[in-house]
Amino acid sequence: MRFMMIMIPKGYERATPGTMPDPKAVEAMMKYNEALQKAGVLLALDGLHPPSMGARVSFAGGKPKVTDGPFAEVKEVVGGYWMIQVKSKEEAVQWAMRCPGGENEVIEVRQVQEFADFPADVQEAAAGYPEMKEQTGKK
Amino acid sequence: MTSSATQRAVDALWRIESAGLIAALARKVRDIGLAEELAQDALVAALEQWPVEGIPENPGAWLMAAAKHRAIDRWRHRSLVERKHAQWVHELEGRADDDLPAPDEVADDLLRLIFAACHPLLTQEDQVALTLRLVGGLTTGEIARAFLVAESTLAQRIVRAKRTLSDAKIPFEVPAGGDLSQRLAAVLQVVYLIFNEGYSATAGEDWVRPQLCEDAMRLGRILAELAPREPEVHGLVALMELQASRLRARSDALGDPILLPDQDRSRWDHLLIQRGLAALERAARLNGARPPGFAKFAIAPGPYVLQAEIAACHARARTSDSTDWVRIAALYTALAVLLPTPVVELNRAVAVGMAEGPAAGLALVDALRESPTMLNYHLVPAVRGDLLQKLGRYAQAAEEFERAAVLAGSERERRYLRKRAAGARAAGQG
Repeated sequence: MRFMMIMIPKGYERATPGTMPDPKAVEAMMKYNEALQKAGVLLALDGLHPPSMGARVSFAGGKPKVTDGPFAEVKEVVGGYWMIQVKSKEEAVQWAMRCPGGENEVIEVRQVQEFADFPADVQEAAAGYPEMKEQTGKK
Repeated sequence: MTSSATQRAVDALWRIESAGLIAALARKVRDIGLAEELAQDALVAALEQWPVEGIPENPGAWLMAAAKHRAIDRWRHRSLVERKHAQWVHELEGRADDDLPAPDEVADDLLRLIFAACHPLLTQEDQVALTLRLVGGLTTGEIARAFLVAESTLAQRIVRAKRTLSDAKIPFEVPAGGDLSQRLAAVLQVVYLIFNEGYSATAGEDWVRPQLCEDAMRLGRILAELAPREPEVHGLVALMELQASRLRARSDALGDPILLPDQDRSRWDHLLIQRGLAALERAARLNGARPPGFAKFAIAPGPYVLQAEIAACHARARTSDSTDWVRIAALYTALAVLLPTPVVELNRAVAVGMAEGPAAGLALVDALRESPTMLNYHLVPAVRGDLLQKLGRYAQAAEEFERAAVLAGSERERRYLRKRAAGARAAGQG
């Protein structure tokens, strides 16, 4: 199973263009990334430039509308992500817990949607994914 | 935390921590079977205490400390006449800092554990079971289900394997010098075997089986971190990631196979392709290849790098028609020198058929047919049928497909081959 660990740094929504993280924090984070790599679970990771360098596109009325950052009303923004391959949400959460996150950082753990080998209606019913897969396999 | 939530957290932590824990203990007590038992004791302690006390901040350190305490308790209740026992108990009773090995030590311990699990004294079956158990952190039940054997059978296999290592007093070390490449090849074989078992699993089977691909890839990636200067390790990782990238595209709604040329390439996993190509590049650099084409190696590539290069040719082709068959044929020729197996020879014939035309491919297949190992190999008539069909020899093609269907190993393959036979007959009448 794949999970995305999405870093949400409080305050990043107001960061000026070109803001870079503090070197000490970077060092700690690099050690963490190495640990993910050594455990064989890391698939991908990226840090994102702040919203002040970005844009949003909305689609009200079927017409795309562009708004340049920063986005005044927005309270939480994505700072970066890791994509990991683990066997359960608990494992993903345990990895997220090992991140040297700062006072103002939150990691959201989200499962990546993947094509399953069985019909959509079974997928929709799946609450506990691995258990459901097991049951379907028994049919 | 509810007890089932704790159980799930413990399971997750076990998968993260168990290999390192067993490896560190194995170094101290110099016996893998004992190390695993002590690790299990620690797990039992965790399951007893964490629901009550909460999950500790440093679960790895907690488990190590628990393993040591249990070991000391255990052996205090036995006679300490044997100096051997007294010696490692004394080591275990060492300072608290010993609980947390230095990062390099962790890597070395894990590498030793992997080599021990794949020791030549063990059958390959045993090596697979032990690797998945000790390094992969799978439960006996999961491994049994993955390989379609009874749990008790698997449990016995693991007990026997550990005893074999204990009785032979296998030193806990990384093989040196001349031994290393042979031992490493054995490890890579075990990992690839696990991958193939998962790859061969079909939709609707127990989910633990296709999961084996992920388990194998994780083991491969761990190995790539532990032995970064070994090109064949990166080659194997590349091969697995490139093959796995096609998992979603290889069967249709009924679960029947879709062959490579017919697959919807938009369903290929491009993250895995990128990772596979990057791993292959690492291997190529280690083999002395230089940009821009990485086509020339200073050191002859091994079988995994070659197989990965072949997989990469497919991965790089946006459409089936743009596949570089000439390069694939050349790679198979090189591979056939290292692995002169029926599969490789036949794949080479297919590639030559694509690169130089069906007549050239047919000539190679006809030469292969004589070999005794090919007699009951259903893919030989299947490939022959395909080439004959391309040459417009439809009646002969249909015959070959029927012959292949008779030899085929599964109902699914039989169905597919009979369909091909019907297709050839129809083309003959058209």
